[in-house]
Amino acid sequence: MIRTLPTKFADLQPFAETWCLATESERWGKRMASSMNDLLAFYNVAFPRLEAAVDYCDQYPLDALPEDVTNLLHLVYSLILVSMAVEIFGQAKTVDSADAILSRIKEPLP
Amino acid sequence: MHRTWPKPIEGSWTEHYPVLGTDPISFEDSVSPEFYELEGEAIFKRAWLNVGRIEDLSRSGTYFTKEIDIAKASVLVVRGLDGQIRAFHNVCRHRGNKLVWNDFPRQEVKGACRQFTCKYHGWRYNLEGDLTFVQQEDEFFDFDKETSGLDGVHCDVWNGFIFINLDAEPRQSLREFLGPLITALDNYPFDRITERYDFVGDNNSNWKLFADAFQEYYHVPSLHPQQVPSAVRDPNAGFVCAHFQCEGPHRVVSTAGARRWTLPMEAMYPIERATRSGLVGPWESPDLGELPAGVNPGGVEPWGISNFQIFPNIEILIYGGWYLLYRYWPTSPSSHRFEATLAFQPATSVRQRVEHEVASVVFKEFALQDAGMLGGTQAALETGVVREFPLSDQEVLVRHFHKVVGDWVDEHRLAEMEFGS
Repeated sequence: MIRTLPTKFADLQPFAETWCLATESERWGKRMASSMNDLLAFYNVAFPRLEAAVDYCDQYPLDALPEDVTNLLHLVYSLILVSMAVEIFGQAKTVDSADAILSRIKEPLP
Repeated sequence: MHRTWPKPIEGSWTEHYPVLGTDPISFEDSVSPEFYELEGEAIFKRAWLNVGRIEDLSRSGTYFTKEIDIAKASVLVVRGLDGQIRAFHNVCRHRGNKLVWNDFPRQEVKGACRQFTCKYHGWRYNLEGDLTFVQQEDEFFDFDKETSGLDGVHCDVWNGFIFINLDAEPRQSLREFLGPLITALDNYPFDRITERYDFVGDNNSNWKLFADAFQEYYHVPSLHPQQVPSAVRDPNAGFVCAHFQCEGPHRVVSTAGARRWTLPMEAMYPIERATRSGLVGPWESPDLGELPAGVNPGGVEPWGISNFQIFPNIEILIYGGWYLLYRYWPTSPSSHRFEATLAFQPATSVRQRVEHEVASVVFKEFALQDAGMLGGTQAALETGVVREFPLSDQEVLVRHFHKVVGDWVDEHRLAEMEFGS
């Protein structure tokens, strides 16, 4: 499936297939399965675009986002999750989380 | 350098409650299988237990089931045609099959229906628990459908939180049980804070050990050093809470809070600055108007968070404009199921939704550190080598919690002995 981003964010399109994920559960799985190089490659390009991306999405009512804008918002959600690994822990897995799991079972849409 | 706060006239929070003593305590209550059995009888079959929010049952016919392993109970909670919320034992009155479940009998389920039908022989119950249909009813002997409805479980609602009580006759009403510390939150607008991020995780520790970790902030600088960016991290940092209070079996701790945007740039991670959200939630939340004084019983200024621990197994952490809820459901002496909810005022814009997502993501990272460590605590306590553990004044609520658990179990033991003699 092709997850198209708004043309203004064409520079992020190479990351769309991997990181436009609708649920935290999918995003968490993707982060855990990624190398630090993968995470940095995404973060280094996407983080400088974060505020512009949120501003862009924010032009639309929350309950009526066009499909490409929803994709962009999902990419922003992934960036938030990846920023934890990059900025805080320096690794994909939460430092000192041992064998603990915590599954998000309910979240608002989108 | 950390800020200090005035302590009670007795010189410490702990000595303010003389019944707690200041001696080292035992954690035998968190490893003993015998004690676990007693907790089921003395606490989980007696206390009011929060199993959900009214928003979980938004219309007639919506229901959910709650497995309470330690009390050997499965409870069905449903909103009837009359709008009333009721609870029943999730057991068919015919041959004892679990009434509502899907593929796995021990897994909780939720949904909406017009009536409940047992998979086994097709007996049907309405949303009010009455038995409405029995296949070949005339083949039964001296059978009265009227008295064969589902077994009821006491159920009441406080400020939108649904509580059940498994006792045949609860010793206290829900309001009496909650007492002044919690009912002081009567007018807190939980009903306007309904955008929810729910989490669940099975954890390899006794239920009380996880609750302990959230009843003190003494562990925070050590276990969660990454909550502060490394540029401003002090390896010898401590943390002092502004106010502790115990009332009946319940407790509260309040901390002071700096306004995030007044902190220096380097005290924030880039993601926090970019989204104006993070560790303690969105930097700003829509104003909820005047709040009951009970939210900040110690009058802490500037107030940050109040963490209310409602006995036995829930905590409500009230932040400015949003709250966190934890529940600990024992599943064995050395394990429990942890439930957590972050609840916000419903976002009205993408920007607000992003703030909520950031808070939910940061919450999970640091909760995983607590959850990960506790397996180690459980394993070491089970060696039984060390039997006495010192608690600081910052851990007064841990002391109170284990004391109350012990008191309820002792009271139950005594009653059993009197009954047996």
